[in-house]
Amino acid sequence: MSNQASTLFDKVWDAHVVRKIEDGPDVFFIDRHFIHEVTSPVAFLGLETRGIGVMYPERTFATADHNTPTINQHLPVADPLSANQLKALESNAAKYGISHWGLGHARNGIVHVVGPENGITLPGMTIVCGDSHTSTHGAFGAIAFGIGTSEVEMVLSSQCIMQPKPKKMRVNVNGQLGKGVTPKDVTLYIISKLTTAGATGYFVEYAGDVFENMSMEGRMTVCNMSIEMGARGGMIAPDETTFAYINGREQAPKGEKWDKALAYWKTLKTDEDAVFDKEYNFDAADIEPMITYGTNPGMGQGISKAIPTSDQVEGGKATYDKSLNYMGFHENESMLGKKIDYVFIGSCTNGRIEDFRAFASIVKGRKKADNVTAWIVPGSHIVEAQIKEEGILDILTEAGFELRQPGCSACLAMNDDKIPAGKYAVSTSNRNFEGRQGPGARTLLASPLVAAAAAVTGVVTDPRTLL
Amino acid sequence: MAYDKFTILKSSAVPLPIENVDTDQIIPARFLKATKREGFGDNLFRDWRYNGDDTPKQDFVLNNPIYSGKILVGGHNFGSGSSREHAAWAIYDYGFRCVVSSFFADIFKGNSLNIGILPVQVSPEFLNKIFEAIEADPNAELEVNLPEQKITILATGESESFDINGYKKHNLTNGFDDIDYLQAMKGEIKEFEAERIF
Repeated sequence: MSNQASTLFDKVWDAHVVRKIEDGPDVFFIDRHFIHEVTSPVAFLGLETRGIGVMYPERTFATADHNTPTINQHLPVADPLSANQLKALESNAAKYGISHWGLGHARNGIVHVVGPENGITLPGMTIVCGDSHTSTHGAFGAIAFGIGTSEVEMVLSSQCIMQPKPKKMRVNVNGQLGKGVTPKDVTLYIISKLTTAGATGYFVEYAGDVFENMSMEGRMTVCNMSIEMGARGGMIAPDETTFAYINGREQAPKGEKWDKALAYWKTLKTDEDAVFDKEYNFDAADIEPMITYGTNPGMGQGISKAIPTSDQVEGGKATYDKSLNYMGFHENESMLGKKIDYVFIGSCTNGRIEDFRAFASIVKGRKKADNVTAWIVPGSHIVEAQIKEEGILDILTEAGFELRQPGCSACLAMNDDKIPAGKYAVSTSNRNFEGRQGPGARTLLASPLVAAAAAVTGVVTDPRTLL
Repeated sequence: MAYDKFTILKSSAVPLPIENVDTDQIIPARFLKATKREGFGDNLFRDWRYNGDDTPKQDFVLNNPIYSGKILVGGHNFGSGSSREHAAWAIYDYGFRCVVSSFFADIFKGNSLNIGILPVQVSPEFLNKIFEAIEADPNAELEVNLPEQKITILATGESESFDINGYKKHNLTNGFDDIDYLQAMKGEIKEFEAERIF
């Protein structure tokens, strides 16, 4: 037998196994459970049908985000179905004693933004939510992943889910990132190399000096996108950057509890001789500002490159042709100079303060292009307040942009923020699937810098030319 | 939730030979506003199935009356994207009980098993054989035998075995779900919780 060197993932996973089922999944304990209005109502209905309750209501946190308007949030929600879902979340939370940050609450926002910014997300935890981008919280060295509604019901009723332990992958990126290359570009690059299903069945650890030197906001962007290559989640070992981010946040441990927590958190790293089922190494210098040209997040490339031909990509030609046809693009075309109609900055991927700072760095002193409609949506009210305090709002206003109110917005287009059919949107969100941002909408995923460059020029533009 | 027990399913199948069918295609987000789980089948593959004016797209397989059955056969990496269980509900509500592909996205696979849909992963070669069999005869039947973990193309007799863990197999064949199991071990969970530092 080999020695017991273990990975960061092993350490956190193994500490949460309540029972191992032979030829079956682990009964896996969940420390923190986030819920929102879209994937929770049927779970609560299930509890009622079975006549069972919520086992640990203090371990679940509710926020409304997927289905909320991003303008006039003080008015009643116009769509009766959306209003009904929001009401269901509110009444379910009240009934079972779950903390609820609904529409209009000072701490309301996108679930994966508010968890970390309020100190609810901590290293070494297990965190789930009925949303695949729960992987975001892995930035803190937590095991965090999305679950289905049946599992939401399991967590509510027993604080556990049944999960087979995934395989382990490590993605190392070392070296120096170039000018204008952001965490979003790093993740889009990795996904383009591994493909949209390349990490299915794995849990990923991101390691190397690129991630060590990254801010918490950047790490969240990277971990957030793990699901886009099929991984259940991604995580980064907690370090001084992590501890400094958490320290002092509202729900973070204080005093003696902090000291005890910190001592534990410092043990959360992969042992030197631990073995991964798969490992990839990338050089930071190879990464350009990225943009997608197709209908899954793996269909991305450096912004200066031409669209590949079908024989250069994995998968069948029929699927590839269908994708380019949907986008209205052709093989060998350049992405630079393509006319765009919409720009969306926001979402759980790029809706944090650092993202708006980056956007403003290009917009400052320039004007919004006339052909562009821009939706600028903070990830939370706290981010919105920061945008105002730091003078970013003034820069945006001066350049002809308006700030909307927090929510998931055009990332999944459940509310009114839909890109019209056939229109092109440069979007800082996470998915470019057909119709994701509205029926017929065409999405180009990119970083806040690429989005800003497109917003001021009206075409796909290399942001490095504007920095 | 309660679902029909799954043992042996013999049925014709609906072919969808497209790769990376994501859950936004299976059920677009704008149809996720319900607070109950019934009725999603009407919007299964909504934007591939209907035009903007709600008229059916004639070239989409669900609108082609020659294809029917309780088995959906999809291309590689079926069910990627969002964790919405609504995607599995829509497939179940439409009448499918089994999805066959050469590769499944994790969350979709788990969601399917949790609501009584059997995801059957076959080799790319066998998947092609299934597509060919359906192309040759739209009424070609497949037999999915869960107790024996075997899928057979009845017209040719060709078969392949598939994986499923013993726990999930037991659940599906008996109509049990995880919540029954978890409720029965609450004492053990309580003891575990008491030791947590967070």
